[in-house]
Amino acid sequence: MSDVFFNGSLVGKVDDAQKFVDSVKQTRREGKLSRHFNIHYDQNQDTIFVALDRNRVTRPLVIVKNGISMLTQDKLDALRNRNITWNKLVDSGVVEYLDAMEEEDAFVALNENELTDKHTHIEINPVTIFGICTSIVPYANFNQSSRLNRGQKTQKQAMGCYTLNYLNRMDTAIDLLHYPQTPIVRSFSQSMIGEERSAGQNVVIAIINYDGYNMSDALVLNKASVERGLGRSTHFRPYVTEKLRYPGGQVDEIKIPDKDIQGFTLERDYRLLNEDGIIYPEAIISGGDVVIGKTSPPRFLGKLEAFSTAANIRKDTSVRTRYGEDGIISKVVITENEDGSSLIKVDVRDSRCPEIGDKFSSRHGQKGIVGAIVPPQDLPFTASGIVPDVVFSPNGLPKRMTVSQLIEALGGKVGALGGRTIEGTAFQSEDSKSLREQLLELGFRDDGTETMYDGRTGRQYTAKIFVGNMYYLRLKHQVADKIQARARGPVTLLTRQPTEGKAKEGGLRLGEMEKDCFVAHGASLLMKERFDSDRAVIWICGKCGDSAVHDAYRNKAYCLCGEKVNIHPIEMSYAFKLFLDELKSLHLKPKLGLGDTY
Amino acid sequence: MSNQSWLKNEIPNYLMEEVEQLAKSRKLSAAKRDEFIEKVRQKYHSMQVDPGEAIGIVSAQSIGEPGTQMTMRTFHFVGVSALNVTLGLPRIIEILDVRKEPKTPSMLIALKSSHNRSREAAESVANKITEIEVAKVVKEINLDLANQEIILVLDSEEGRRYGLTPTQIYDNLIPQIKGNEIKKDGNIRIIIKPKESDIKKLYKLKEKIKELIIGGIKGITHALPIIKDEGENKIYVIQTFGSNLKGVAEIPEVDFTRTTTNSLYETAKVLGIEAARQVIINELVSVLEEQGMPVDIRHILLVADLMCVSGNLLGVTRHGVTSQKSSVLARASFEIPLQHLIAASIIGETDKLNSVVENVMVNQPIPVGTGLPDLVVKMDGAKITKPKKKDGEVTA
Repeated sequence: MSDVFFNGSLVGKVDDAQKFVDSVKQTRREGKLSRHFNIHYDQNQDTIFVALDRNRVTRPLVIVKNGISMLTQDKLDALRNRNITWNKLVDSGVVEYLDAMEEEDAFVALNENELTDKHTHIEINPVTIFGICTSIVPYANFNQSSRLNRGQKTQKQAMGCYTLNYLNRMDTAIDLLHYPQTPIVRSFSQSMIGEERSAGQNVVIAIINYDGYNMSDALVLNKASVERGLGRSTHFRPYVTEKLRYPGGQVDEIKIPDKDIQGFTLERDYRLLNEDGIIYPEAIISGGDVVIGKTSPPRFLGKLEAFSTAANIRKDTSVRTRYGEDGIISKVVITENEDGSSLIKVDVRDSRCPEIGDKFSSRHGQKGIVGAIVPPQDLPFTASGIVPDVVFSPNGLPKRMTVSQLIEALGGKVGALGGRTIEGTAFQSEDSKSLREQLLELGFRDDGTETMYDGRTGRQYTAKIFVGNMYYLRLKHQVADKIQARARGPVTLLTRQPTEGKAKEGGLRLGEMEKDCFVAHGASLLMKERFDSDRAVIWICGKCGDSAVHDAYRNKAYCLCGEKVNIHPIEMSYAFKLFLDELKSLHLKPKLGLGDTY
Repeated sequence: MSNQSWLKNEIPNYLMEEVEQLAKSRKLSAAKRDEFIEKVRQKYHSMQVDPGEAIGIVSAQSIGEPGTQMTMRTFHFVGVSALNVTLGLPRIIEILDVRKEPKTPSMLIALKSSHNRSREAAESVANKITEIEVAKVVKEINLDLANQEIILVLDSEEGRRYGLTPTQIYDNLIPQIKGNEIKKDGNIRIIIKPKESDIKKLYKLKEKIKELIIGGIKGITHALPIIKDEGENKIYVIQTFGSNLKGVAEIPEVDFTRTTTNSLYETAKVLGIEAARQVIINELVSVLEEQGMPVDIRHILLVADLMCVSGNLLGVTRHGVTSQKSSVLARASFEIPLQHLIAASIIGETDKLNSVVENVMVNQPIPVGTGLPDLVVKMDGAKITKPKKKDGEVTA
């Protein structure tokens, strides 16, 4: 007797589990049950799980019986001639949908060649074993699986044209590639996703070292290509605010704040606001500028303040652009939200030209950072005068064994020269052998290499250089968003140590292990200097060891213990002073014993 | 080493002897010999630690850096494939933490020359050392429910293999099953009759008897002879799984002076702290070397010395080495600060700010490297004039 669970709850028992499961499956294949009715027999638990609930991912597979695919040639022909429909195939037991659970019971063949009597299903197409992003990788079946993982990861970070009505939208932090192209070497899934939403550009790539500028995964870009728009993108970021209503009839006001208001910064920050307190379109802004001027009522009302009209007790809550983010106001939208209060959105656009440090990737997990942007005359060129757009380091290949990268470059070359696209779908791609033959016919060396000359010296390279066309993605990680440095800047209130993080104009932490390096080098005084960010001079009583009072106005110091002479300014880290205060709050009394250093 | 030889920039005696011997064997002329000694002196000097060098941090970094590279590939087969010993990072942590019982305790037992030449001789010792459970020398154990008895049927062949006669087995059993009647029935049967007659208890007793140890040394579950190259001649030693130094010392065939265990705690207990220090050094060196990341022995020596100075083994943990620090602030800066601070305030401890961590905390120059030199002035006869101050006035 095996328990039967339906949608997670126990509904009964059956005598012969396997027979029951088989008969249910048979009924479903006859079209008498819902196609989403899935059943799975767990032998270890001796339990049957039946599911017909929502939110299960199911996928279609062709049924195999006795080692023969049910999708016969005549059925395939009928489908092709539109004599039968997909639904007919499902209802007549040719194709069925399996969920993750029922897949456990299935033994799926990848293609017809490997079919045996034991198989229960066969893939409709071998690419379906991949997800959407992975299936876009051309020649994917020539790679290590881990490379595919990395390849699909970079696809998700690629800039593209995510939608065509982007001008009417206000998505948070969006990057838009200026001239997206459809790949020359493509997987058939690319056309399923939609070619107008491509997320990369076809470039000429040469695999050669360019001094040190493309070492360790860096790549060298052709300056002429960049100036013609290679990898150029626009970054959009909206700034939003709402005109809120507060209890007691108080409201936010959208206007240029008065100068005497609490939180008012420099007048310069508000210079771009119109009279209505909102910035005008096409204004050129830099980080910290006010985009929407706004004042809010105080959070807590004192008894008298509520009635006083003289004192301006409102606070400046203007919306400012993020630290370090420059741009141009792209659009201003004034509307209402669902609560009826007015909503103001300002979109900032910033044109981003590829620069040193920006991230690029091919579709094979070969990601890298721009190491140099070199004028075309300094780049290597082929005998026919082709100058590569991208110079990729050959050292990235042996360890990672991304064979698909090389085949794509080869295929891209054939496609570009022949004026056609190359089929690169995994498991059913155009043979690299035939690509080579075509390349030979087109008058090139069949292995894709070409004689190249150093642009700087004009000398011919002794080695033949591999040159091909590849699809390159610009990834959303750009230096412009990440670059950060400071000498002085804001500190946290409690510890007086520098703030953390780029958004707060923070410092770069010299951590514990870095400290250890200073110690190991014996660089004692240098270390003291580095840790001086929270230096503080505290007046200490030499008699009682507690902190004393220093009256700066009269330049006199005294201690609560009565001492007036033996009081000294002591330099220490503010964090230590805070530590002593914390000890006092624990009812532990630390005393500082003072003595002469020399 | 002669006193303060490093100050005089001299070669220590033991090295000098070696140098001179080498010079003699190479038949160097006097001039050449002096040149050679000078070279050695310079080299020796350059290898010395400078005054004020932060050796602790340098040691920590030197051991820590290969530590980050070490993968968690922990088990490795040593000697024979049947025995695997914990190695790599987990073993290093084990040593530095001074765990009482290593994950895989193991001994390397040296044998006297009478037994270390052939496999057979070594194996006979190994069999003698391995602990033998009743189950190993017994053909079957029967329950006689009618008479409430347990009947052991001995396997004389197996017994011979382990060097145990039925009488010996019987004798060894007597002290271990107290309170129960035991008698010998012929040469192969031993009958045990418990006082209480309860089937459940009888069954439990039977299971207990199976695991009783009637021969060998307690704690040593496996012992295997392995070949050890010692120069030209090959010598058999015994590698064990399980450790019992005291027990092994009593075996006459064992050369106890060259027998080692990887259990620090046991070594310290049986042989003393100096031996334990040497075990720490040997184990750390061998683990690091086995992982292909040799570390200068001086770093390891420092750690081992620090762990042993107190006379007891101290781990590099908050209970061990760290708790020995004289500075309150330094102790508090490493785990459980509050307890240290409270304890210090109860007894009114003073922190002299003599060491590195404390001075980093208060942001004063650390007494290491450039921060070490101090101004020393002879104050004899010097006139000290203090500027007079008005009451309450201060000059910043």
